[in-house]
Amino acid sequence: MNEIIEKSYFSEKVVKMVVKAPDIAKARKPGHFVIVRACENGERIPLTIADADTRAGSITLVVQDIGPSTHIICGLEVGQQLTDVVGPLGRATDIKKVGTVVCCGGGVGVAPLLPIIKAMKQAGNRVISVLAARNKSLIILEEEVAKWSDEVIIMTDDGSYGSKGLVTQGVENVLNRETVDEVVTIGPAVMMKFVAALTARYNVPTICSLNTIMVDGTGMCGACRVTVGGKMRFVCVDGPEFDASLVDFDEMLLRMRAYN
Amino acid sequence: MNGNIDSLASRDAAWRVELRNEMSAKERAAIPRAKMPMLPAEYRVTCNDEVNQGLSAGQAMVEARRCLDCPDPQCVTGCPVGINIPGFIKNIQRGHFAEAAAVLKATSSLPAVCGRVCPQEKQCESRCIYTKMKKPAVAIGYLERFAADTERMSGQQLNIDREPSRGIKIAVAGSGPAGLSFAGDMAKKGYDVTVFEALHEIGGVLKYGIPEFRLPNAVVDAELDSLRALGVEFKKDCIIGKTLSYDDLINDGFKAIFVASGAGLPRFMGIPGENLIGIMSSNEYLTRINLMGAGRGGMTPVAHGKRVAVIGGGNTAMDSVRTARRMGAERAMIIYRRSETEMPARIEEVEHAKEEGVEFLTLCNPVEYRGDENGRVKSMIIQRMTLGEPGPDGRRSPVAIDGAVDEIEVDEVIVSVGVSPNPLIPDSIEGLNVSRRGTIEVNDCLQSSIPLIFAGGDIVRGGATVILAMGDGRRAAEAMDRFLSDSH
Repeated sequence: MNEIIEKSYFSEKVVKMVVKAPDIAKARKPGHFVIVRACENGERIPLTIADADTRAGSITLVVQDIGPSTHIICGLEVGQQLTDVVGPLGRATDIKKVGTVVCCGGGVGVAPLLPIIKAMKQAGNRVISVLAARNKSLIILEEEVAKWSDEVIIMTDDGSYGSKGLVTQGVENVLNRETVDEVVTIGPAVMMKFVAALTARYNVPTICSLNTIMVDGTGMCGACRVTVGGKMRFVCVDGPEFDASLVDFDEMLLRMRAYN
Repeated sequence: MNGNIDSLASRDAAWRVELRNEMSAKERAAIPRAKMPMLPAEYRVTCNDEVNQGLSAGQAMVEARRCLDCPDPQCVTGCPVGINIPGFIKNIQRGHFAEAAAVLKATSSLPAVCGRVCPQEKQCESRCIYTKMKKPAVAIGYLERFAADTERMSGQQLNIDREPSRGIKIAVAGSGPAGLSFAGDMAKKGYDVTVFEALHEIGGVLKYGIPEFRLPNAVVDAELDSLRALGVEFKKDCIIGKTLSYDDLINDGFKAIFVASGAGLPRFMGIPGENLIGIMSSNEYLTRINLMGAGRGGMTPVAHGKRVAVIGGGNTAMDSVRTARRMGAERAMIIYRRSETEMPARIEEVEHAKEEGVEFLTLCNPVEYRGDENGRVKSMIIQRMTLGEPGPDGRRSPVAIDGAVDEIEVDEVIVSVGVSPNPLIPDSIEGLNVSRRGTIEVNDCLQSSIPLIFAGGDIVRGGATVILAMGDGRRAAEAMDRFLSDSH
């Protein structure tokens, strides 16, 4: 059982939760995720760790209410418990100084992107963050991202905040303007697919973080399998980060709809 | 209950000599082997109730009489944990069921589990003297189950002898059969054992893998309670190598670690279309249903295929296909590339599957899956095979018959062609020697390249049975105890 010690809303459907999990807080690195079960009989849901506080023994999760299980999680209040939180899972992000890094996130993908932005900056990179969402109310963590970025570019579909357009336009403007050594992208699969296609044209190494269907999350079930460079890979133990230019996003997009 | 284990199990005890003399070997051999009472097939496909109902006390006592109480019992040599088989059987024959259970529990931490899932026909029963006489072996597995169940149902848990605490903390990674067997033995030796489990349920494959109709969770839970009574502690949701590192455990005062993290990664065949929706590993299918309660009140979804193909011929394949029948499959098929003779599954499981209406498409190998416009599997292409020359393992290898190809309609496919070791621990502990297959390398004492880490079960074997894993747990406990005693 893991107690919820803080809760706030980014928007009506996007909740930030600080959860007691001392061992995970200590062990986690950028890129890691946890598996959460909201209640007995609940699903095992993978959620990326947005932040951690080793002194308080807590981790921060950002949850979007998109299905029955995330709906239950989002409905829990401070003082209530998550039935299970296990992790940290997956391989940590490979953080090193490469020069200029563009970190682009869409929707709640910005939450797992934040620790990577922070680590990339601390490693001595110039970090340009591109945050994208349908509209202004869905842009999250802008202030925290700004703290660790040399520049923040906001893109909204409806132009209600920042520039009007898709994340790819924001990224392409940077690619046209200066030399970029690496791109990190986290967001909906379809967004990452288009970012990957864009950066491939510019020949910029690109890392994506995949959020597929999982059951156990510990390398047992194979529900999370994806094709990367023609080979079968398991997101939970081989990922969640992969070379975006090698990921078969079309297959992944199909498989994400298995239970819809 | 009177007397210690030695007097309960001694072949020379007066009561036992008397039992031996009361009947001739010929008379014993004339008794037919007990038949396991079971639920009718048409009923059991409608529910998840346990198929085998267990022997009655009367049946068990008659069956126990069949045992010749050999002076040099070969059955014991066929048991990976070395249970004193005639010792417990003769206690059943004299009606001392609690004593029979005590003899079992002296060597096996999970007798009610083993009595159900061990391949006795390949182990203890295969060495029974009766098999040399061309008669059916003593039903050792049925009797083991009877003794363990009778103890559990009696509500009076046995007091197992435990040495006084040595104040030495031991960590176990994984709560499957290897970890549990190790934990039980170490607790009896006086160690303070904590078992860490990655999932939210204790029991490993006994919970997520083997279905309720073959091994009810209540049976596993009762065995876990016996271990708790011995002082074993369980910590779920904790992954050694991830949540807690090797250094964390050592800093926390653990003196040694037994890694029993099991077989993880499911294998696929690498054929076209294998990632279509509706195709999954047996691990995924069984985990959704057994561990997560999918289709039985759990929130986790699972497909309810009407035409389900299960690829493979092992016990996990049988568990999957029989589960599919229970989930409403109208056509549930085993697709196996060799003939039925070569199937690794237990004969009992194959028979039960057939009774439940499972079709066996043997000498068939899937070569391709085809999907609809939504990416869902709708058919599979089957290559017909014939048996060629025996391979290095002695089994005749399947050879494709030119041009003999069929298309079968399917809406769900469960791939059950084996697993690779779980990579979490091998990947996360530096200095741990790992084979090219991903198994942890150990010496004869099951000790790894890091002296304080021992390992056993599928993380060492790469995919075996419950009882072999338990045997490893037992051997590792002995070896670790020796190692720690020598170094203190």
